Amino acid sequence: MSSVIKVEHLSYVYGEGMPDATRALDDISFEIERGEFLGVIGPTGCGKSTLITHFNGLNRPTSGRLLIDGEDIWADPKQIRQYRFKVGLVFQYPEYQLFEETVRKDIAFGPRNMGLPEEEIALRIQKAARFCGLDESLLDRSPFELSGGQKRRAAIAGVIAMQPEVLVLDEPAAGLDPEGREMILSQIKKYHKETGTTVVLVSHSMEDIAKYADRVLVLQAGKLAMLDTTANIFARAQELVGYGLSVPQVTKIFLRLREMGLDLPVDVYTVKYARDVILGALAKRGGGQDA
Amino acid sequence: MLKDITIGQHFPGDSVIHKMDPRAKLLLTVAYIVVLFIGSNPVGLALSALFLVVAYRVSGIPLRMVGKSLRPILPIILFTSILNLFFVGGDPVFHWWVFTITRQGIYNVMVLTVRIVCLIAGTSLLTYTTSPIVLTDAMERLMKPLAKLHLPVHELAMMMTIALRFIPLLIEETDKIMSAQKARGAELDTGKLADRIRALIPVLIPLFVSAFRRADELAMAMECRCYHGGEGRTRLHQLHLGGTDYLLVLVCAALFAVIGCSGILWGML
Amino acid sequence: MKMDEKMIRAEGLEFRYAEEGRKALDGVSMQVKRGEFVAVLGANGCGKSTLAKHFNAILLPEKGDVFVEEFNTKEEEHLYDIRQRVGMVFQNPDNQIVATMVEEDVAFALENLGVPPEEMRARVDEAMQMAGIYKHRNKAPHKLSGGQKQRVAIAGVIAMRPDCLIMDESTAMLDPIGREKVMRTVKRLNTEFGITVVMITHYMEEAVQADRVVVMQNGVVELEGTPKEVFRDSGRIRSLRLDVPQAKELCDLLREAGVPMDEEIISEEECAEALAKLLCGAKRN
Repeated sequence: MSSVIKVEHLSYVYGEGMPDATRALDDISFEIERGEFLGVIGPTGCGKSTLITHFNGLNRPTSGRLLIDGEDIWADPKQIRQYRFKVGLVFQYPEYQLFEETVRKDIAFGPRNMGLPEEEIALRIQKAARFCGLDESLLDRSPFELSGGQKRRAAIAGVIAMQPEVLVLDEPAAGLDPEGREMILSQIKKYHKETGTTVVLVSHSMEDIAKYADRVLVLQAGKLAMLDTTANIFARAQELVGYGLSVPQVTKIFLRLREMGLDLPVDVYTVKYARDVILGALAKRGGGQDA
Repeated sequence: MLKDITIGQHFPGDSVIHKMDPRAKLLLTVAYIVVLFIGSNPVGLALSALFLVVAYRVSGIPLRMVGKSLRPILPIILFTSILNLFFVGGDPVFHWWVFTITRQGIYNVMVLTVRIVCLIAGTSLLTYTTSPIVLTDAMERLMKPLAKLHLPVHELAMMMTIALRFIPLLIEETDKIMSAQKARGAELDTGKLADRIRALIPVLIPLFVSAFRRADELAMAMECRCYHGGEGRTRLHQLHLGGTDYLLVLVCAALFAVIGCSGILWGML
Repeated sequence: MKMDEKMIRAEGLEFRYAEEGRKALDGVSMQVKRGEFVAVLGANGCGKSTLAKHFNAILLPEKGDVFVEEFNTKEEEHLYDIRQRVGMVFQNPDNQIVATMVEEDVAFALENLGVPPEEMRARVDEAMQMAGIYKHRNKAPHKLSGGQKQRVAIAGVIAMRPDCLIMDESTAMLDPIGREKVMRTVKRLNTEFGITVVMITHYMEEAVQADRVVVMQNGVVELEGTPKEVFRDSGRIRSLRLDVPQAKELCDLLREAGVPMDEEIISEEECAEALAKLLCGAKRN
């Protein structure tokens, strides 16, 4: 698999040269593979948001390089805008950036900035709205009339309509009710599967990361702490807790069971897997008794 | 970056000037400005400048901060200086082509420059050593008698406080919205002026919507905490005029009187 | 503590935001007892926030009545008595802090109530200690984390020494750590200081810690009882568009597979214990 984003020794310092300069990112190197679903976790203030704003050139590395499709995006700073369309970035609470008279026009903002022909834009709006579960009838309403969850999905549609190679989402489900969370995240997963778009999901919710991500990147105090498959990351649950992160409730239950001296696997992070592990353990012990 | 702007720059400290009653400080600053205009002669201005240097020393605020606060108005100083230098009539000291520089011109420029520098540096010292909230409080208390004339003194002070609280928040928010729109390909810092103004719409609309939402929520939160205007309100922080305050005011008043009368001295020289 | 005493009582409450609009509350009757910790759950638009805003007279009922202790919220002359007794913390921490310094903000309500400065100092310090933000008292609010800001807001409310604290989705915008700290603070206020708590939330982990859970849908109370009673039927909870805690979900799945698990299990501790017993028991046999 080839990498779509390659980060090489990236460091970023806020307020360089000032007495209160802080190193937000410290010598980070990793690669995001084409078509993967990468989860990014880390305690508040670990540099997650700073990292993702480097992916589309909103922030410029203080040192190190960032390559998209093998090209250094800062090779020619004048060309930086083209990378904004390659890496679509959905910020936290994106509904606060809606501004047009209608949802349709708002979704069209990105594609229009790309200079696409009108027919293409219309097509993309339809597609993006469908992916985000927005009904056609909502498209001609003012975005400010929609419900909270609908606004959120309209804002995400605005980025999806640019059809970026990589879709980066910062806490897309924050502040929503359980149903709204589930809806947005499953739609993103569906979009990922159907279009093969690379997705980077930043989240505080370990349950969500466990459910959707193929690989997980853990950021801690501006440094890359771990990058591995989801199962391998949650197998190190104790370390995650040490970083001030919470782990899914099932993982917590299994941590407790292990503390009680039970010999159970460490990488339990979904409820279904947990059930299978328990059933397996019971069968083994039951079987042992029969023999 | 927008974040780098600091509002109402305040440098906390422990000096006598920091600890002085803000009302006294505010009144002395006003008096100082008046004195700058009355004592507008070389002796008076020299004394005024000397007073400031001493005050900055006492406060522990480095003098280079004066330079920083002067930077925004430097063009104005330069412009008025040039006007004065070339267009004031009197005894010529220098002549070239259509330009004539007179003795009176040079004198005017010097007086003017020193006066503006002292004015800015003096008021800056007030904001450097007093936190905005204390300053607002002092203003509210000093203007209290005006409430009798049905001037909304408390409301104005409350508006100041809320503005001070929300400015950093709105700056941060502007930054965030700008980033979000840039991520959708908006070009905010390139292009012709007309294009740039149009490009601001996607930033300004969300900003206004959000400011209104915040105002709405804040009003509700304030009501929940029994806010009902200035009537019958008490304050957590009480202001006390202490011995040091009186002493400092007296010393300054004496000095200001001397500077005010310096015109006579200058006349005698 | 007299637990039978009613703190808040709503009777046949109806409310619409717009005259010809849909009823946001459609006949709600419920009570909150003194000293109780009540969680109110429900999907977006179920009317739970509207209900909460009736508890301190931010909204007034279209039909029916709300009583806070002995006061009807419709009695305007008791508005400040009611608001002082029932304090409210909102969702967005940034939009409820007024002053530019933490302790000034905590003092805000007391300043409004005209409390003498000497007494105010003591009450402000006490409130900041109770909310665990005393060490940040001289900071500017925008320098604090979300969880800290929310605790500043809590301190600002408890400085009024209210009998009841309403948390209107106050943990929704926080990260897990901030949420946990706020939850711990609220629990402590409830158990140590006897403050009645009404917590409106989307998080089931928070709801299971309450004494009583009220579930709303379409402007009416659909389900009410102890967390164990309410969460017993996972299917019902899902049909009300809510989440089931993972501990409960795991027990359900195991039960379906024929493992004898107690239906009452809803918390992480209980689940771990039951599983340990099961696994060790199997070993010993």
